[in-house]
Amino acid sequence: MKRRLVELAHARSGDKGDTANIGLIALKPKDYPLLVKQVTAARVARHFKGMITGKVERFELPNLYALNFLLHGALDGGGTISLKTDAQGKVFSTALLRMEIEVRK
Amino acid sequence: MTAPPRPATVRVAGGQGFWGDWLEAPYRQVTGGPIDYLMMDYLAEVTMSILQKQKSRDPARGYATDFVTQMERILPTVVARGIKVTANAGGVNPRACAMALADVARKLKLGGKLTIGVVTGDDLLGRLDGLIARGHTLENLDTGRPLRDVRDRVLSANAYLGAAPVVEALQRGAQVVITGRVTDTGLTLGPLMHAFGWAPDAWDQIAAGTVAGHVIECGAQCSGGNCLNDWQHIPDLANVGYPIVEAHADGTFDLIKHQQTGGRIDVPSVTEQLVYEMGDPRAYITPDGVADFTTIQLSQVRKDRVRVSGVRGKPATDKLKVSIAYFYGYKAVGTLVYAWPDALEKAKAADRILRQRLKDLGLQFDAIHTEFVGANATHGPLALKDVDVTTLPEVQLRVGVRARDEAPVDRFTREIAPLILNGPPSVTGFAGGRPKPEEIVAYWPALIDKRMVQPAVELIQA
Repeated sequence: MKRRLVELAHARSGDKGDTANIGLIALKPKDYPLLVKQVTAARVARHFKGMITGKVERFELPNLYALNFLLHGALDGGGTISLKTDAQGKVFSTALLRMEIEVRK
Repeated sequence: MTAPPRPATVRVAGGQGFWGDWLEAPYRQVTGGPIDYLMMDYLAEVTMSILQKQKSRDPARGYATDFVTQMERILPTVVARGIKVTANAGGVNPRACAMALADVARKLKLGGKLTIGVVTGDDLLGRLDGLIARGHTLENLDTGRPLRDVRDRVLSANAYLGAAPVVEALQRGAQVVITGRVTDTGLTLGPLMHAFGWAPDAWDQIAAGTVAGHVIECGAQCSGGNCLNDWQHIPDLANVGYPIVEAHADGTFDLIKHQQTGGRIDVPSVTEQLVYEMGDPRAYITPDGVADFTTIQLSQVRKDRVRVSGVRGKPATDKLKVSIAYFYGYKAVGTLVYAWPDALEKAKAADRILRQRLKDLGLQFDAIHTEFVGANATHGPLALKDVDVTTLPEVQLRVGVRARDEAPVDRFTREIAPLILNGPPSVTGFAGGRPKPEEIVAYWPALIDKRMVQPAVELIQA
């Protein structure tokens, strides 16, 4: 069955210039392998299609049951240049939590 | 001189996460329970250029004035209890900041009781042409372009200094250390290096102190503030406790907060802050060393006490990051609110009309950006897949423009209000009046050879 990431993880995001980062943290350690397997960089890039202009990188933090994503070209230039409400990518993380992944019942 | 005895634990309290953070926090940190150090971070990336502008108008300005006001309130307690303070409130004029604080100390009849350390050497603005001439291109870390492309528009240039000059100031007897562009983490690591006598190449301890600094540099963002996990049940945020690092000599530390304060310190709240603004977790690079965030172990010791252990570090690089600010151009943002029925459709129609008019006027912009706040501003097209837009009670049309010249931006600001009477219906929310063109000071990150930057420390007696 499909479940939304918001039911399986929490998250926080921030910025570095025109790059937004999203730290995705499993609510339960047992679900971390599921995140590693399904929330790939390619999948995240597809999820944010049209919202970012650059590539997506992913890093694993098994010690924190967390994944860190870098979304390049996400912030309309970033910082003071950006015209976006979320110029510093503060809530990009919550948009990732809309993603649905396949979970065995 | 014999070395002072080493303490078993050292408490560093986070008192300010940015310039504009809660005014009550420093007072609550110094009066709410025992602490050894109060750390206050004031400098965001673009803050330095604002301060540089102030200094160019008045040579006595150019620092975070709020710091002096906050210190006035806590200085009697700080002096009486021997609490030491580290703050990068000095901006582009740390000496003037120290002089202002010395005046406050004398006013409070604390003259002769306060030694202030002043850390300078980060300001590269006056040396830029010489550096460029000697082959330091200061290329933009994001775009790869050399600084000479925007040299004539540079407003400030500051190297990020690390903990070393903070340690030196403390060793020479400073009770308050005021710095310019010292890293946020260096303001926490410096006290720990000083108190425990950590060597500059004790890479694991350096990394642990850096992680400690990263966790508390954003104030309450690790102790329940802005915490998504279980946010509805985080207790008493009105009375939120700011974080305190309780460190041991081996680099292990606990995150705690004062008794009788609100908020929450647990593994999820700390993890959220650890991943905040993270790049490659294996290489969190500071001037002091490189921390590996994949080695961090967290455990809940008891309620509101999280232990951080196992942190491993690697040697520092031979570069320093340089934060450069330059004048880019102008921007403006205009908003109008459209009500049900068809709120989103009305806002979209207004956007089309506005864009047509801007085009007909022949205005040139680097960017025009439209958002429909309430529908897609934060989640873009992802949100609209899940929502029946016909039920939206209202939508705010938010259009922003930017350009190198002010004229088209100024003309844009005059095209918003007319839409109230000559555009789609059911529109309101223009009480704020015509938006104002705003100067854009943009950020240019670069690296420089460490040997080109010499931190300096001086002491001022109040």
